[in-house]
Amino acid sequence: MPSGIKDKVAILGMGCSRFGERWDASPEDLMVEAYTEALADAGIETGQIDSGWFSTHMDDVGTGRGGTPMSIALRLPNIGVTRVENFCAGGTEAFRAASYAVASGASDIALALGVEKLKDTGFGGLPPASVGTLIPQWFPNAIGPANFAQLASAYQAKHGIDAATLKRAMAHVSVKSHANGVKNPKAHLRKEITEEQVLGAPIVAEPLGLFDCCGVSDGAAAVLITTPRIARQLGKSDLVTIKALQVSVSNGWELQGNEWDGSYVHTTRIAARRAYEEAGITNPREQLSLTEVHDCFSITELVTMEDLYLSEEGQGYKDVLAGIFDADGALPCQIDGGLKCFGHPIGASGIRMLYEVYLQLQGRAGDRQLSNPKLGLTHNLGGQPVQNVCSVSIVGREGV
Amino acid sequence: VTVAEGIGITGYGAYLPRLRMARQAIYDANSWLAPALKGKARGHRTLANWDEDSITMAVAAARDCLGGDHDRSHIRELLLASGTLPFAERLNASVVAGALDLGEDIAAADVTGSQASGLTALAQGLDAVVARGHSVLLACSDCRRTLAASAQEMDYGDAGVAVTLGRDNVIAEVVGEAAITVDFVDRFRGAGDDIDYYAEERWIRDEGVGVWMPRLIENALGNARVDAASIDHFIFPSTLRKIQAQLGQKCGIDERAVVDPMASEVGDTGMAHGLLMLARVLEDAEPGQTILITQFGSGGRALVLRVTEAIRDFQPVRGVSGWQARGMQETRYTRLLAYKNQLQMALGPRAEYDDKTALTTAYRHRRALLGLVGGRDPDTGEVSFPPSRLTYTPGASRLDTQEPYPMAERAGRILSWSAESIQPHMAPPHHYGQVDFDGGGRILMEFTDVDLGDIATGIAVEMTFRIKSVDNKRGFTRYFWKATPVSVNAATEQETE
Repeated sequence: MPSGIKDKVAILGMGCSRFGERWDASPEDLMVEAYTEALADAGIETGQIDSGWFSTHMDDVGTGRGGTPMSIALRLPNIGVTRVENFCAGGTEAFRAASYAVASGASDIALALGVEKLKDTGFGGLPPASVGTLIPQWFPNAIGPANFAQLASAYQAKHGIDAATLKRAMAHVSVKSHANGVKNPKAHLRKEITEEQVLGAPIVAEPLGLFDCCGVSDGAAAVLITTPRIARQLGKSDLVTIKALQVSVSNGWELQGNEWDGSYVHTTRIAARRAYEEAGITNPREQLSLTEVHDCFSITELVTMEDLYLSEEGQGYKDVLAGIFDADGALPCQIDGGLKCFGHPIGASGIRMLYEVYLQLQGRAGDRQLSNPKLGLTHNLGGQPVQNVCSVSIVGREGV
Repeated sequence: VTVAEGIGITGYGAYLPRLRMARQAIYDANSWLAPALKGKARGHRTLANWDEDSITMAVAAARDCLGGDHDRSHIRELLLASGTLPFAERLNASVVAGALDLGEDIAAADVTGSQASGLTALAQGLDAVVARGHSVLLACSDCRRTLAASAQEMDYGDAGVAVTLGRDNVIAEVVGEAAITVDFVDRFRGAGDDIDYYAEERWIRDEGVGVWMPRLIENALGNARVDAASIDHFIFPSTLRKIQAQLGQKCGIDERAVVDPMASEVGDTGMAHGLLMLARVLEDAEPGQTILITQFGSGGRALVLRVTEAIRDFQPVRGVSGWQARGMQETRYTRLLAYKNQLQMALGPRAEYDDKTALTTAYRHRRALLGLVGGRDPDTGEVSFPPSRLTYTPGASRLDTQEPYPMAERAGRILSWSAESIQPHMAPPHHYGQVDFDGGGRILMEFTDVDLGDIATGIAVEMTFRIKSVDNKRGFTRYFWKATPVSVNAATEQETE
């Protein structure tokens, strides 16, 4: 096992735009919104940044490819800017690359920023993404909700749960996130919903209804990273440092073999085990203060609770129904509303998760502030259950 | 003409699409314009699903004929007869050959041009057996467009049929044949057009069928040295009222020998229909019986067959009657119009995205894409689809160990599924999920011929070769395999288990 990244990198400042259907803003505006907040939070000037990573997923809407869109939008000082793309987990990839740059000593202050401008497609939902020339010739014409809904059918079959109970547990996930989103001024969806509304909503992809799916949002999030030493030199105290940063990517085992049963996300389990080891966490349910997970769909959040070893396998739906992951539960999840209500501007989401954990750890989360959090986990998933990219990062106060 | 002894049909199979359009529904929608159709508003016609065409139905019928054996190396020649082939340039038979994984050292041809083309191909196939001594597969299908509110829309159906021809295990020996070629234009369709133009029925009946078919039948019976009265099954497809009995009587054929044209629950399936009626007859035929099969079109073709003892040892996978029992009634007329591409449907902005096929990619992966052939490591048993140079087991990947592994005839079970209503799809909701194959292998694939409630985790599925997508901008149809429940009531059975 490599020595890892624990406490080698500190967050110097963060910013996040308001998420939503931002008819008023282009991706450049969203980037500036997140970036200027991060810069002010860090208390530095643009000229002090020496490297940049830029995450955006869609090519045909938003900014297009390459590192230039961010460099130009933010008037960066001709530093290296690299675009990273790893499906919905791209935000965490930008953060990872920036962290490695700082940890290696190649960079003193690095910027990672994610943005997605989805509401220029002319229709609701995500636009079709290009998948090369072979995939369209055999792979189903797949789409997010139905890709993740497959988890529900396999989970239900494996654990012998009746459809109504699972549907109710999924509804609880969304009701909880909506209640949290109300308290977040930057969230896309800020309206409480009831379990009856969720259960009665139109079906998008069996068994997922409208309220089982996250929002399609415009937004940007940015983080400035440095070493703890430089952060202190810049006058920072009470640092938030990275405890673990792990990524696991599918290699075809789930898709082609017959071993995986389809009821969980294989890479999440791998990334979680590696992250806990790197961070020195032995009992995540007790040691973590909060989680921000990739709740693209309610069923994803439910199985993720098991895949992160926060619930016993096959018991996650009971923990959900018992309120363990509610704002007032033992281990709050999506206290900012999550992808479900804060929104899911794809390339920004990983950094948005980090933004909430950072605010919570610094006691700056306003109406939704949790009591004395010490360690937070972000889980950023891209692709689909059969083949995906999963990152798990753990951040905490320095010394914890 | 002399007929070589001991050659003939060695196997048969058929395919009827599961959709059965209620003719009452067609009438109800069109009665304002065409009240005279009321007399036809009975029973059902078969209707190809949106992802079926003459290629896919030919493949389905050929598989019904050839059975579950992946080794089809005895077939050395393929004939595909149809009047509705999706490609005017690109050998349609080569797509069928690829889907059946017949191998590439075979001959293949498309046969088309008249309603009698199915029997023309039959005669050509028999000639090939005589000339080259090898086995021939003949597939024949039609999937026709008609004008809305026309009699043909009521009368026609969509289907495929297939026979194998050879010298060994002949179940119906050819004992005589005849052909007539005459430019009698009962119908025509200009190159590039979609819908036939028809001449007056009374003229067709009296001057066409009435004049040429007796002469053709007499020639065939004479060639076979068979007496008309000894015919046990007389096959003559036509939508003209009572024409079969009239023609039989005129030719001295016993009225009990006249074969039901399946007008009530299938419809007339065009070039496929003579052979489709034959496939139905062979299901119940007894050794020693004599069959006269004829079809009219720019003249006509007639063959005399004698059923052998070997008929007792053959049966198709499902056969005409098996497929007949798998029908799903359709009562929404616009579905027929939409599937026949005669209605401009609102499919939403996602349908605007380009869908060009990379022909280079398609060619490199042709055996996987057309034949559903994966790769299997003989030592570890790992199956990969698509095949790859490296096996997938993490930490134990093996290089270049995979052997071709045909999966089309293997049964599978559903591991996970969903049905979504966001994307443009001609049979929403769009179902797909993971299928685990018996003996190894897994493919995330689309399901077809299903309604909500038909699919559940754990149910058994079989493979069916279908249209994957159509590139309307360039007129290119892309094919791949989909899964469909083995049992038509699979989900219900699963719940009661």
